[in-house]
Amino acid sequence: MNVTRGFTGRPRVHHPGLPPGQYDAGDDWPVLSAEVTPDLTPADWTFRVDGLVGEPRTWDWDEAHTLPESRYEGDIHCVTSWSKFGVRFGGVSLDAFLAAVRPDAAATHAVAYSHTGYTTNLPLADLTGGRAWIAWEYDGRPLTPEHGGPARLLVPHLYFWKSAKWIAGLRLLDHDEPGFWEQNGYHERGNPWEEQRYSGD
Amino acid sequence: MTDTFAAPAAFTPPTRFAVPGRIAVSNRSAAVWQTATLTEIRRETPQAATFRFAVPAWAGHLPGQHLMLRLIAQDGYTAQRHYSIASAPDDDGHIELTLDHVAGGEVSGWFHTEAKPGDRVEVRGPLSGFFAWPGDRPALLVGAGSGVVPLMSMVRHHRARGLDVPLRLLVSARGPEELIYAREYGAETTPVFTRSAPRGVPAGRLAAAHLAPVLAGSGLPPGGWEAYVCGSNAFAEHASRLLVAAGQPVDRIRIERFG
Ligand SMILES: Cc1cc2nc3c(=O)[nH]c(=O)nc-3n(C[C@H](O)[C@H](O)[C@H](O)COP(=O)(O)OP(=O)(O)OC[C@H]3O[C@@H](n4cnc5c(N)ncnc54)[C@H](O)[C@@H]3O)c2cc1C
Repeated sequence: MNVTRGFTGRPRVHHPGLPPGQYDAGDDWPVLSAEVTPDLTPADWTFRVDGLVGEPRTWDWDEAHTLPESRYEGDIHCVTSWSKFGVRFGGVSLDAFLAAVRPDAAATHAVAYSHTGYTTNLPLADLTGGRAWIAWEYDGRPLTPEHGGPARLLVPHLYFWKSAKWIAGLRLLDHDEPGFWEQNGYHERGNPWEEQRYSGD
Repeated sequence: MTDTFAAPAAFTPPTRFAVPGRIAVSNRSAAVWQTATLTEIRRETPQAATFRFAVPAWAGHLPGQHLMLRLIAQDGYTAQRHYSIASAPDDDGHIELTLDHVAGGEVSGWFHTEAKPGDRVEVRGPLSGFFAWPGDRPALLVGAGSGVVPLMSMVRHHRARGLDVPLRLLVSARGPEELIYAREYGAETTPVFTRSAPRGVPAGRLAAAHLAPVLAGSGLPPGGWEAYVCGSNAFAEHASRLLVAAGQPVDRIRIERFG
């Protein structure tokens, strides 16, 4: 590592919640989607889980809202280096959707896809055990379109490109299949604590 | 590096909108940090300057790509940010970045107050093929502020190679003083001034009337445009809505948001 002459940087704040290479974006919540924000209303929104499952199923907005409500309060980390602390999302735990479709024992991975056609791949283990949500509320308000509303996937322990905006479905697979950014050089898993930004990290 | 669209993934989502296909580029250099030595600083506007670096082992890039840059303090503390590459790919072992001076900015602040030729920083890249333009299809470029940086790489590439493929740039700035690369634009460019404009030119936001000449009638090239939008999120939302309203297909609009 080359020390940069004259660079001191901001005062060091030791924040145990800040993964390596990340900084605290404070109140900012940058928007980084690569596509046009879709005009998608709750009435148009559906969420499907299929692939290696006992019983594929599609939920519409009202049906999804009959599942038990679940909240996430904590931190999120974007691969572009910002982190945001103490955010509050509301929605339904992905476990509730998965329980309804009964995943096959052979299922190891999933491709999450959006109503825009955006895709991202995740190990199934990262989507279960109370660590992933379908979220439609942010800070007690409906999630705004540019942040993925009406509903997005939320997998806060991985870099945020895994938390697909405008979520349309999950397909369960017995292998890993790279999604949009993963085909574009980004890491297959994206664990911020191991700084898995780009493939090969 | 290849210029082709990637083969479709095994799973194609059944969706109502469509993200543009990616453009396949090499990933091999993305994982390695390289030393970039500052060789020249050129002022562009009161807020923005261009920084030229020697990066001897630079693997080359496509216009529109960006890199990750990091500064390292004595105690090992690092600050890293993304920057678009402003220069055209010219294989001479140099790249240029253009940075806005963000008030209180950790990285842009160092560049604008401290940096001088001979200083060394670290870069990895080029990154992300999504916003790349290989020069193979008509390109409609729409940018604001420092969002013009990756688009300028495309304009420069178009010129350097003498490409025939149509290319148009709509660039928005507060006023003529704030227009980055003002001296370099030619007939391909229409500046849009939001606050103060030269005499005889109305000031105002990018509007449908700016897009009409290129998206309707004889302005529209055969096969249509690939649109590249870059700037703040607010600008990207505004510009992409105008493009869709003017008939530009959603799956041919690529957006780079600086957050
Ligand atoms: C793909 C991509 C390409 C980009 N290309 C370009 C480009 O070509 N040119 C360009 O100029 N920019 C570009 N950007 C933006 C760039 O990455 C940086 O965000 C920008 O330079 C600001 O970084 P900074 O370190 O100077 O500011 P930061 O330190 O990140 O600060 C940004 C703002 O937040 C405030 N802030 C943040 N953290 C703190 C804190 N801890 N304490 C106090 N205040 C804080 C600052 O006061 C300031 O107002 C690009 C971004 C992306 C994602």
